[in-house]
Amino acid sequence: MDFELVFLAVPTLAKGLWLTAILTITSVAIGFNLGLALAVMRLSKNRAMSSFAKGYSTVFRGTPLLVQLFLFYYGLGQLSFVRDNPVLWWVVGDGAHCAVMALALNTAAYTSEILRGGLMSIPAGLVEAAQACGMSQLLRFRRITFPLAIRQALPAYGNELVLVVKGTSLASTITVLEITGHAKRLMSQTYAILEIFAIAGVLYLLINLLLITLVRLLEARLTRYLPR
Amino acid sequence: MELGLWQVWEGGWISAILRGAAITIALGMASMAFGAVIGVGCGLIKWARIFPLTLAVDFYTSVVRGVPELLIIYLLFFSSVEFVARVAAAFGYEGLAGNGYAFTIAVVAIAAISGAYSTEVVRGALAAIPSGHIEAARALGIPGRRIFRRIIAPQMLRIAVPGMNNVWQTTIKDTALVSVVGLQELMRAAFVGAGSTRHPFIFYFIAALVYLAITLVSQGGFDWIERILRPRTRK
Repeated sequence: MDFELVFLAVPTLAKGLWLTAILTITSVAIGFNLGLALAVMRLSKNRAMSSFAKGYSTVFRGTPLLVQLFLFYYGLGQLSFVRDNPVLWWVVGDGAHCAVMALALNTAAYTSEILRGGLMSIPAGLVEAAQACGMSQLLRFRRITFPLAIRQALPAYGNELVLVVKGTSLASTITVLEITGHAKRLMSQTYAILEIFAIAGVLYLLINLLLITLVRLLEARLTRYLPR
Repeated sequence: MELGLWQVWEGGWISAILRGAAITIALGMASMAFGAVIGVGCGLIKWARIFPLTLAVDFYTSVVRGVPELLIIYLLFFSSVEFVARVAAAFGYEGLAGNGYAFTIAVVAIAAISGAYSTEVVRGALAAIPSGHIEAARALGIPGRRIFRRIIAPQMLRIAVPGMNNVWQTTIKDTALVSVVGLQELMRAAFVGAGSTRHPFIFYFIAALVYLAITLVSQGGFDWIERILRPRTRK
């Protein structure tokens, strides 16, 4: 391996690492809350709400993230009422903002399915007991339903986090220079394709390893009552 | 607000999109088939822990599942372009970077990704087979190859179907990524149409609908397979 190349590539890709991290964190923060809301809607007795949540998850899980990204970035950017609205244009007009929106909406669909599984796994007796104790609906959700559901859903959600990290690479197709964007540029400048791939790949693997470790630690903390 | 529906119709873009959809489906199916072969092979190695090979398989699955698909596609395309051009030149062909070549590399790239996920599905399915079944077969003196054919393979197939459904769904969506390196599939057809008519919204919207149709129809297909393979139990 050429050391000169490594000295050139590592700082550039590290710059991209920062942007990848920001994209991931922002879209996960938005997407998790949206996903939670969608999961609750999906399980509600209101027909309109549950079918909206179902349709949302079908559409966003049934189409490629790249299509969603292009539809938002190029498609919405074409519409005049989006261009004339300063708030909408702030979201759609900038590649990074638009990537966060697409990633957040996309991960919300997957998160809602994961959390729905967690919410459904809660024994009815626990909820009934909480009702019998006179807990309000909100308190019940906060103290009983949500903690149990998240504990159940955490391993699957860890996989979803890795998918979001990988999804951020698509932002490079709409002019955002994160790790993959810089890597592609370096590949066409230096022709050292395998070396650049290896460095960028190691960065992604490190992020994912860090995330998986954090999820495992959280899981161990949430299930610390279990005998080991 | 001008959406450009008329331009889509008049410019003959509908047929271009449908041609792209056919390529997307062909690409998805070819990659899925190769991926399943990789998955069964690597899944068996991982399940049986065949020593040196299992390390290689572990490396393969963790790298491919941890690194973005786009990066893998860039690696395979960019590194092969030069190589293929040189081979073609050696045999007297010039400018062989046509659609056939792009399709082949796309199948290799998507199959490599799909294979890594299939490996995990197959390994999980194998691990879910009760060990008592295999022990019982051994106790009956059934030879190893027949145990695989009569006991392990049928159960593995049945248990793996839901997981393979997930792999197929991600595979068909991953084919969209190949458009960034120029294969004329569905996403690329939409991209070209959007660029030349300057009506991106309608083109990506149609592309999204076509992808949705593909995933919904194949979901129905997998539900059907699952119903057929379900073991008949006495009520």
